[in-house]
Amino acid sequence: MRKVAVIAVGYTKVSEHWNLSIRELFTEAALMALNEANIDQIDALYIGNMFSGYCQHQEHLGVLMADYIGLKSPPAVKIEAAGASGGMALREGVQAVASGLHDLVVVGGVEKMTDVLSPDITSALAMATDQEYEAFIGATFVALNAMVKRAYQHKYGVSDELIATLPVHCHEMASKNPYAQHPFKITVEQVLSSPFIAEPLRLLECSPVGDGAAVLMLCPLEKAKNFTDAPIEIAGMGAATDTIALYQRDDLTTFKATIEAAEIAYKMAHIKPDDVDVAEIHDAFSITGIISLEDLGFFEKGKAAEAVSEGQIAPGGKVAVNTFGGLKARGHPVGATGVYQAVEVVKQLRGDAGKNQVDGAEIGLTQNVGGVGGTVTVHIFRRLG
Amino acid sequence: MSVPRHWREIPKRYRLIGSKCSNCGRTYFPPRNVCRECGTTKLEEVKLSETGRIITWSVVHEPPRGFERYVPYVIAIVELDDGTRLMSQITDCEPEELQIGTRVHAVFRKIREEGESGIIYYGYKFKPIK
Ligand SMILES: [Zn+2]
Repeated sequence: MRKVAVIAVGYTKVSEHWNLSIRELFTEAALMALNEANIDQIDALYIGNMFSGYCQHQEHLGVLMADYIGLKSPPAVKIEAAGASGGMALREGVQAVASGLHDLVVVGGVEKMTDVLSPDITSALAMATDQEYEAFIGATFVALNAMVKRAYQHKYGVSDELIATLPVHCHEMASKNPYAQHPFKITVEQVLSSPFIAEPLRLLECSPVGDGAAVLMLCPLEKAKNFTDAPIEIAGMGAATDTIALYQRDDLTTFKATIEAAEIAYKMAHIKPDDVDVAEIHDAFSITGIISLEDLGFFEKGKAAEAVSEGQIAPGGKVAVNTFGGLKARGHPVGATGVYQAVEVVKQLRGDAGKNQVDGAEIGLTQNVGGVGGTVTVHIFRRLG
Repeated sequence: MSVPRHWREIPKRYRLIGSKCSNCGRTYFPPRNVCRECGTTKLEEVKLSETGRIITWSVVHEPPRGFERYVPYVIAIVELDDGTRLMSQITDCEPEELQIGTRVHAVFRKIREEGESGIIYYGYKFKPIK
């Protein structure tokens, strides 16, 4: 297998982009990346997206986007794995370059959520669950994650106050990034007094609805210097699946797919969790983030929330987490999220991450979750010495 | 939705029909053709228990399409007495009464209607045993 590098990134602010269609949103991010690498033709395009079929009645996204960013007939395809669509698209892109099949690949992610009304988004998100045996009876995606929170608190006795420190941290990070959807600070008291969406999860524990697109350009590491002075190597990757239905899991307080995907990725990159300097984790809900910090090996089971409250995931702490604000405050345009995570890690490793730059960051990690841990991808990035 | 999509689910949704692995004994809802535990394809239809206990639950305040008139409502993971787990609404109760471990039994209820002239979906819900 060939080594693979990221040579350029592009992204839009996550926002309610009422003035932009899904094709315009993606075009903006894609042109930013193509311009940065000074490239106008590529070999293949992979786009992470979860529910353009539901929100825009538009499938066949690959050709639509290739057409509108002016590419001449490359193979182009949408990759769907619910919230892990972006991470899975990245995985496809890396495989294509690593195998020798393609040299220049665009990996994108796009989601345009504000074209439909709130109950429709709730229904669209529920497509990540088991439609016939969870969504059918009225289980929402938030409700499933709320059940996980209740089970976790029952097992480990972790308080609402401690769990709320994760969204507070993410907003603190987002407050210094103008591309985040919610670039303002919040307090634990505000989290705990916000209304329930599905008990015991409150509004300020849930990632918001927004529109966004993010793009990475990949090429073989050996050719990367032709396009950029600061290529970032994709040093490891892993992906794993679990049961689609939450109720079929024996343990509701851990995502087995995260543990398995991370193990594969760490092994491929020859690193341990302690070696990671910056990480973008999948905090679709407060509890999802807390569990992920544990399953990735950063903290012991039951201890992550306490670590967050002690500042251990802030820049300068044990591992700097979600410096773009995470899903909670950067925003979570579902199928684009895995690519946004990679964009932030690449910027950190280049030393180009603005006010939340982590000094001397060398190794970064992204963890992208589909459903309630049904699909998980983990990627590890390395700055070249 | 077409009528057959719901009609073919009736044995499961009305009568709690699952499947049981004749090799390792694990039971499933809905029925499967392959056992996740041991990999065998020797599974038989089985009528599942109608009583069980709550493993975890949530109270839904923001509903999906079709459930707007029912909020707030309770959704739970239930472990039946035969060990099978499923997800169900919990009905005929106040959320404050519920705890992890609360005993429940199956009841037959309307789940939702599909618009003014569409299908009326029925199926299982569970209620606390008082
Ligand atoms: Zn078996």
